[in-house]
Amino acid sequence: MIKVGIVAYGTTPFTKDDHKIESILHKSTNNLFQKYPKIDKKEIDAVLVSTNDNSKYLSAILSEMSGIQPKIAHSIESLCNSGTNSIVSAFSYISSGLADMVLVSGAERYDSPGQILEWDNSRGEFKHPIFWASIFSKSYKQEYGITEEDLAIVSVKNHKQAKENPNALSKKTYTVDDVMNSKKLTDDLRLLDCSRPCTGSASILLASEEMTKKLTDMPIWITGIGQKTISAGFTKNISLSSMESTKIAGQSALKMSNLDISQIDVAEVHDAFSVCEPMALESLGFTKSGQGINMIKNLHETNNFKINPRGGLIGCGHPLGATGISQTIEIIQQLQNTADNRQTDNPKTGLIHNMSAAATSSTVLILEK
Amino acid sequence: MSFEKELEKGQFCIPECISCKKLIWPPSEFCNLCNRELTLNKSEFEGKIIEFSRQDENYFCIVEFNETVRLIAKMETCPKKNQTVKISKCGISQGSYYFHII
Repeated sequence: MIKVGIVAYGTTPFTKDDHKIESILHKSTNNLFQKYPKIDKKEIDAVLVSTNDNSKYLSAILSEMSGIQPKIAHSIESLCNSGTNSIVSAFSYISSGLADMVLVSGAERYDSPGQILEWDNSRGEFKHPIFWASIFSKSYKQEYGITEEDLAIVSVKNHKQAKENPNALSKKTYTVDDVMNSKKLTDDLRLLDCSRPCTGSASILLASEEMTKKLTDMPIWITGIGQKTISAGFTKNISLSSMESTKIAGQSALKMSNLDISQIDVAEVHDAFSVCEPMALESLGFTKSGQGINMIKNLHETNNFKINPRGGLIGCGHPLGATGISQTIEIIQQLQNTADNRQTDNPKTGLIHNMSAAATSSTVLILEK
Repeated sequence: MSFEKELEKGQFCIPECISCKKLIWPPSEFCNLCNRELTLNKSEFEGKIIEFSRQDENYFCIVEFNETVRLIAKMETCPKKNQTVKISKCGISQGSYYFHII
């Protein structure tokens, strides 16, 4: 299997602006090419677009607008983990020898149709993600004796970290009281517990080992991949206080990279809602069941940016198709020691956790320098 | 799908494999175990509340039937975990199913 590296990235700010999907895809891709003028577009074999948007033929459109004539061009949709799933597809093309260099570009608009899974009629009239998030929160709080105030720390921490990220949607910091007093959506969920849909795009260029070494003197390698889909419908989740797909995907990724979770220096986890962060940390094995909030409190109190340094989905916003790619870019910056005020202490290994539809599906990537 | 025709009439059924008798949920055309056709089990199912929360005056509950089928239903009175309930009203509105329990 051919080793796969990441050689370049580009992004747009995450906003509430009304831009065409084609326009924002082009913007992050253009940002990538402007930053890396050494890249020869003729050597790009595949262009993959990650989005839930209804627009058609986006990979061919992006290729034409960017001046690329790839062998392979198609879109990938998998709700919220479309981004990392696209990276896995790119990895597969390269590691199998079908491609030497693959551009992956993800984008979403604030009004994406991917926010609600219409198919899942087992949710009855409660299809919006706030309902599964409320059920997770209620179940998690009851099982481990966690309070609403405890969970509010996730939002406080991630908004604080997002303030150091110039591309994040949120520009404000909040206190626990602010979170507790924000609009009550249900008995178990407040507005500031939620990530927000937004408009944004992120792009990344993957290459074979030979090509990576030619193009960059700061290569980042994808050394672990794990994916698991349990179901599509939320009501198939047996546990409502842990993430089964995340456990399995995390274990697969660590096995592939020959690493133990204790060796991971920095991580981006999928905090679509406050409760998702401790559940993800526990399911990935960073801490024992019920101890995720203690870990988060400790990181917050010591101003340690190890988990969700870019501000998570809660702080950055959640443009579905771009999120997994944006998370990956953050880990690249961390490993290259270029994350400015968000920089953690010289990390060598990083993990990305990206999931869909109440953790019915998860993707975990491990990057190393 | 015949399931939806029954649901539109306010009848809650659970699709069941004609061959292996597995209950299939969410409703589908074929058994996901043995790939055979399905029929509708029209028993008066009793469910158990697994978890719930509330939005405004309405409780929304995960209800489990026959230890396999789970759905989210609305309840007007305060639920309790493990409470036994029945579907009191169901149907399709604007393309989405709805279930009420008592």
